Amino acid sequence: MPASDYDSACLPDILPLYYRRLFPFSQYYRWLNYGGVQKNYFQNREFSFTLKDDIYVRYQSFTTQNELEKEMQKMNPYKIDIGAIYSHRPNQHNTVKSGTFQALEKELVFDIDMTDYDDVRSCCSAAEICPKCWTLMTIAIRVLDRALRDDFGFQHLLWVYSGRRGVHCWVCDEAARKLSVAARSAVAEYLSLIKGGDDTMKKVVLSDPIHPFIRESLVVVERYFPLYALQDQDILGRKESVDKVLALTPEDVRKQLQQDFQNEKKPENRWKLLKDQAKRKQGTSKKGQHFEKEIMLQYCYPRLDVNVSKGVNHLLKSPFSVHPKTGRISVPIDLKELDTFDPFAVPTISMICEELDRPRTVEEEEKSEETNDKENEKDAAESRKIRDYKRTSLAKYVKCFDQFLDVMARSWKGELLKKSDLQKDF
Amino acid sequence: MQFSSRRKKFTTNSQTELYSHPLQFYGQPPLENISLTEFETFAVERLKLLKTIENLGVSYVKLSDQYIKKLEVESKALNFLYRPEADDRKPQSGPTEQEKRRKDHISHFILRLAYCQTEDLRRWFIQQEVDLFRYRFNDLDPKQKLELLHRNNLQYDTISVEEKKALHDKLVNSSYAVSGITVEDQDFYKVPFQDALDLVRSRKVYLKAGYVYIPHQDIVTIVLNDFRTRLSKALALTARSLPAVHSDERLQPLLNHLSHAYVGQDYSIQKNVGKISLEQIDSLSGKSFPLCMRQVHQSLRENHHLRHGGRMQYGLFLKGIGLSLEQALQFWRSEFIKGKVDSDKFDKAYAYSIRHMFGKEGKRTDYTPYSCMKVILSNAPSQGDHHGCPFRHSDPELLKQKLQVYKVSPSGIIQILELVKGMHYQLACQKYFELTHNVEEASFSLNHPNQYFIESQKVLGGGRDIKRETDVPQKPQENSTKGPSAAPEAAANTQDVAEMTEELDSFFQDA
Repeated sequence: MPASDYDSACLPDILPLYYRRLFPFSQYYRWLNYGGVQKNYFQNREFSFTLKDDIYVRYQSFTTQNELEKEMQKMNPYKIDIGAIYSHRPNQHNTVKSGTFQALEKELVFDIDMTDYDDVRSCCSAAEICPKCWTLMTIAIRVLDRALRDDFGFQHLLWVYSGRRGVHCWVCDEAARKLSVAARSAVAEYLSLIKGGDDTMKKVVLSDPIHPFIRESLVVVERYFPLYALQDQDILGRKESVDKVLALTPEDVRKQLQQDFQNEKKPENRWKLLKDQAKRKQGTSKKGQHFEKEIMLQYCYPRLDVNVSKGVNHLLKSPFSVHPKTGRISVPIDLKELDTFDPFAVPTISMICEELDRPRTVEEEEKSEETNDKENEKDAAESRKIRDYKRTSLAKYVKCFDQFLDVMARSWKGELLKKSDLQKDF
Repeated sequence: MQFSSRRKKFTTNSQTELYSHPLQFYGQPPLENISLTEFETFAVERLKLLKTIENLGVSYVKLSDQYIKKLEVESKALNFLYRPEADDRKPQSGPTEQEKRRKDHISHFILRLAYCQTEDLRRWFIQQEVDLFRYRFNDLDPKQKLELLHRNNLQYDTISVEEKKALHDKLVNSSYAVSGITVEDQDFYKVPFQDALDLVRSRKVYLKAGYVYIPHQDIVTIVLNDFRTRLSKALALTARSLPAVHSDERLQPLLNHLSHAYVGQDYSIQKNVGKISLEQIDSLSGKSFPLCMRQVHQSLRENHHLRHGGRMQYGLFLKGIGLSLEQALQFWRSEFIKGKVDSDKFDKAYAYSIRHMFGKEGKRTDYTPYSCMKVILSNAPSQGDHHGCPFRHSDPELLKQKLQVYKVSPSGIIQILELVKGMHYQLACQKYFELTHNVEEASFSLNHPNQYFIESQKVLGGGRDIKRETDVPQKPQENSTKGPSAAPEAAANTQDVAEMTEELDSFFQDA
């Protein structure tokens, strides 16, 4: 994999370069400032830095983009986390009376981590991922993205690759940022179907009638299931994995299928047999028998870390932060190209820093001349930085981020207009 | 006695108005004088009622027939309203409906004073009050329900016939209580999803573009949501004016004691500190740990790791049975470094949270070991977790296997599984205790893993090395009620309070 050229030992050497020339500060600030609609929104936001040797510095906050930039270039954090917007400036939290310093708002966030799927993937375990199991993340994004938009009515969803083994979602709508803890946990639970720990075998139990949300989620899962579960993971191939699947069926069905499977080895046909049994069951018994759906969901449905979503003050790794173990940049995922998104193709910090050192092609040279002419009034250093990231493979991810921000900016404009109108009234 | 600083002449008129409906949102505080004795009785009796509600909520499905029946019996015994009468002038024995409503009103406000002080207390109080309200609202007839909504200015928008038609199938599939036929003549209300979180959480309602579509009979959810919000705000306000109340030395000890009664016994006070050696833990886990702790202990020994939920549940339990901070650090470190965590990483990533547990970091709260209720209801285990209550969170089949391994007799297993099926998890655990300790019927009612441990040690002749306390540690607040600070003129009252609180203790020990 391309990330293999990354060596975590050289991180301290290349981080300064990354923060000086590549980190997209202006977009980053544009995002977290949310158009300046609410006062002190950026200023009261908590940032947390992880420095060398796992030294954790919480409650950082900055008044301007410039200050953030300077501080990051000074500290060169291994990892950046974003926290809540507080009632006071987080870096002054010790100076206010205890109890008054409170987390007020934050994006509604979701964290999906591949380790939580260990009982249903056979290709990898723990922190490892491969193209086979990555489909699980694709499914997770499709299911949750649909539900958050259609069911909850949110519009500004930023999906981000965590840099190693999972994805994050930042729901940035104003309504989402203002949700209470109780509301966040209700949303997370609405979206959770997998219940139980290592001591529960059957983790999905559907009741009748099946809720529209589950129906819609099944549509997504069904699309990926044959290729992902039957072929790639081969859940109906090897004996142990077959037993695991059959353990999720009713007892009488299980016996029948065990017999049938003796003469049928092809996973697709085996699945068909199982589905036929389910259909038969549904015909006879009055109460819903949805075991084939339950199996599909147990193997493919997104597994959320509910605790991350619940807390307003919970920290989550920031987009464009580096993953110290893999060196990959935490980049936004373009949903239009979700099915071809390849975590192994995500640039590492060493890769993009090398790309900077490459001599420019003639074409690039010309282009940059052009822009230079046009914008020579702009701060020279600033425009150089813009050109810098454009010369690396980070460019397309920053572009994706830009597009996300453009859409969101339209909603701020409305807000700002309303505000200025109000002021005229008085 | 002065009830609130805003003492005003109350008129019988306003009182009749206030109590004209069996249920209220407790918007107005009571403004009359009451005797100290009445103050005490009201408070204690309401607390008993709330405690009953908490217990019933664990043993039964809320609003199931049995739940309602038991709650009705308890309400009646404590003279709270248990079935609103259409005509309250009907001659009855005992207190009249008006008196009951007055008691309901006043006792609610007394407990507000006692339960507004900390986040934990507020959460507990709100939860029980909401459940009580739910039960009572459910008991009203449709006319009374509507009247209540009107009186409190609760109005919701119904959806049009066309919209209902367009969404017909989705609506039918979203609510258990709605069938194809009833959709037609039922009103649906469209409200922002934030106003009906309970329905969203359990996916019992259709949700589209941020709005939920609530069938009329589920309207109770929005009403409860509203009730909860109002109460939550009111408690925050009450907390602010608390210093004034606390200056009254007749009330302060009583209020303090009331507020601490809900947790029952407190197992965080470690009289046994240092009386247990680390070598004993393995053998104790087999003999005297409840199943939940035995299970986490075992998985810790096997995997040399526990995730956060497990560390909290087990770590606090160990603290409760007497491990000192130093022992705890040693215990966790020695186990974790056998696995993937080296000593350095342990000190950086885990030692902090253990010191935190003992109140040595962060907010410096001395955390209390989790009760059964907490283990059962909060933070259910997910992938990779081993904590939780095995009776609640394990597949019956796996539970059965586990019990077999632990040499529980087949007939015993059947009994336990029967209790689990009925959702009596604590009773199932108690049964497990009886079976593994060879006692006919346990003389206690189990509600805390550390209680299990203590009781087990009692039965087993008291683990020679563990100093046994005949009395389970009690919250120190009790002392303050008899403390020398009590002014002489309040002495008589203080004695009453002491008597009363003793009675309260015995009640919660039985509960």
